[in-house]
Amino acid sequence: MNYTDILIYMRHEVTLMAIIIVLFIYDLAAGRRGRSRFSAVTCCLLLLQTAINIIPVQGTAELFGGMYVYAPMHSAMKSMLTVGALIVCLQADTWLRRDDTEHKRGEFYILTLSTLLGMFFMIGAGNFLLFFIGLELASIPMACLVAFDKYKHYSAEAGAKYILTALFSSGLMLYGISFLYGTTGTLYFDDMPARIDGSPLQIMAMVFFFSGLGFKISLVPFHLWTADAYQGAPTPVTGYLSVVSKGAAAFVLMAVLVKVFGPMMTQWQTMLEIVIVLSITVANLFALRQTDLKRFLAFSSISQAGYIMLAVIGANPIGMTSLVFYMLVYMAANLAAFGVVSIVEQRTDGKVSMQDYNGFYRTNPRLAVVMMLALFSLAGIPPFAGFFSKFFVFSAAFRGGFHLVVFIALLNTVISLYYYLLVVKAMFITPSDEPVPALRTDTGSKIALALCTAGIVALGLASCVFEGIDALATGIW
Amino acid sequence: MIHMEYYLIVSTIMMFAGIYGFVTRRNLLAMLISVELILNSVDINFVVFNRFLFPEHLEGFFFTLFAIGISAAETAVAIAIIINIYRNIRNIKVKSLHEMKW
Repeated sequence: MNYTDILIYMRHEVTLMAIIIVLFIYDLAAGRRGRSRFSAVTCCLLLLQTAINIIPVQGTAELFGGMYVYAPMHSAMKSMLTVGALIVCLQADTWLRRDDTEHKRGEFYILTLSTLLGMFFMIGAGNFLLFFIGLELASIPMACLVAFDKYKHYSAEAGAKYILTALFSSGLMLYGISFLYGTTGTLYFDDMPARIDGSPLQIMAMVFFFSGLGFKISLVPFHLWTADAYQGAPTPVTGYLSVVSKGAAAFVLMAVLVKVFGPMMTQWQTMLEIVIVLSITVANLFALRQTDLKRFLAFSSISQAGYIMLAVIGANPIGMTSLVFYMLVYMAANLAAFGVVSIVEQRTDGKVSMQDYNGFYRTNPRLAVVMMLALFSLAGIPPFAGFFSKFFVFSAAFRGGFHLVVFIALLNTVISLYYYLLVVKAMFITPSDEPVPALRTDTGSKIALALCTAGIVALGLASCVFEGIDALATGIW
Repeated sequence: MIHMEYYLIVSTIMMFAGIYGFVTRRNLLAMLISVELILNSVDINFVVFNRFLFPEHLEGFFFTLFAIGISAAETAVAIAIIINIYRNIRNIKVKSLHEMKW
């Protein structure tokens, strides 16, 4: 290993770190006027970062004695997360221009990018130590982001709920890792599988580890924090939490389960079967009774997490491809939905309940159509990308032989269609005496929504995307 | 010499006392203390395994050092958030955090 290797294989991390430092200095040095352009500067830098890193380096590599590993798929996932963060930064601008958050605008971007850096390390980890550090770097600043609106009671409450569950879950996960270390004597992902024999102690360790990550992905027995944190957090942060944070954790979970716990595959597949069925079903039932749109999207994202786990359960390369593709499509759809919710919330002084959206189409036809496309994609209606991503996930699980789970998931898609359409019905059909007035959308949000809409429409139809991801799915295990 | 099992018994008791406390305590600070118990039990585990089973390597010790540092950072953030809640509602009982449920 030499320094050029670091620059080649760690360029995502190196460039992101450079951006964080530049933003730090910019926040200090730029005056009041300079700071009002903070969003534009951040977005340009992130765009530059994406452009530098978008084409993955071929081949795999190990740096720092196996601490850090690189595979083309990691690079694709990191680029995807960067684009997600970029869209969130675009959406956050209006909210950050409010009087009470204006002075801490720089903090928002630096905290967001720090969590992103943590996720990069988590994805690239080849050792449980680096994995743990990455995970914590991703979740501690996230708690600050959730509690960002600190004069709002909701935000503080959500922050407390988030940080306490995050602490608890990382405690559980560490307990699992400690027993893994005790039984195998190593922390390296590569050395572990040879010493894993499926003894009861290791199964317990695996369950603890899984529940720790299950909290981050908000799968069902561990989902109780999700709705509260999502509702209380500022809307752009909720979007970030539901897409970027969850995507990174799901990717890592699959990599670790297959790579490290490969010898215990039958055990964790049984566990995943139960968790998937519970996640999808319970979250769907709870989503039916929500009236607050952010809570509603929270439960929808829990059930989406169940679908994502369907890609993991087969433990085949096609599952990895469909997981990344699912995340990409889910990112476009969910960020579009949260984008619309955020615009409405900012411009109408906090209207987020479903009744507020009655007659939304009459006054804001374009926003309503974007929201509708996003919800259709989340529900998986054919011409949109969501259908294809669900199809690939189902076929990956089906190929693994989990027919019953796939069947239950299919039934649940029908239920989910009902509640997604409830929102569409409110926007298009239900009349209202006082609909939301016609809103002006700022440029950043417009660009973000346009990107998301393009993703929703094009990602599924352009088969080159899925094939491109599939071509990268080598050398992860 | 004290056997490894005794250390593990202590750490297991700490772990489950922490979980019990996290579930039953009705005060945010008490919950935070419970979580600290969990994290410290993990540290004991790592050190004990390293010392007794794999004394030729130092992986467990290093993991413990990092875990201590990181849990300190987490606690700092958690306490900051709890103070913020106290400023907002003059109370840190879990019962009063009922604005959002179901």
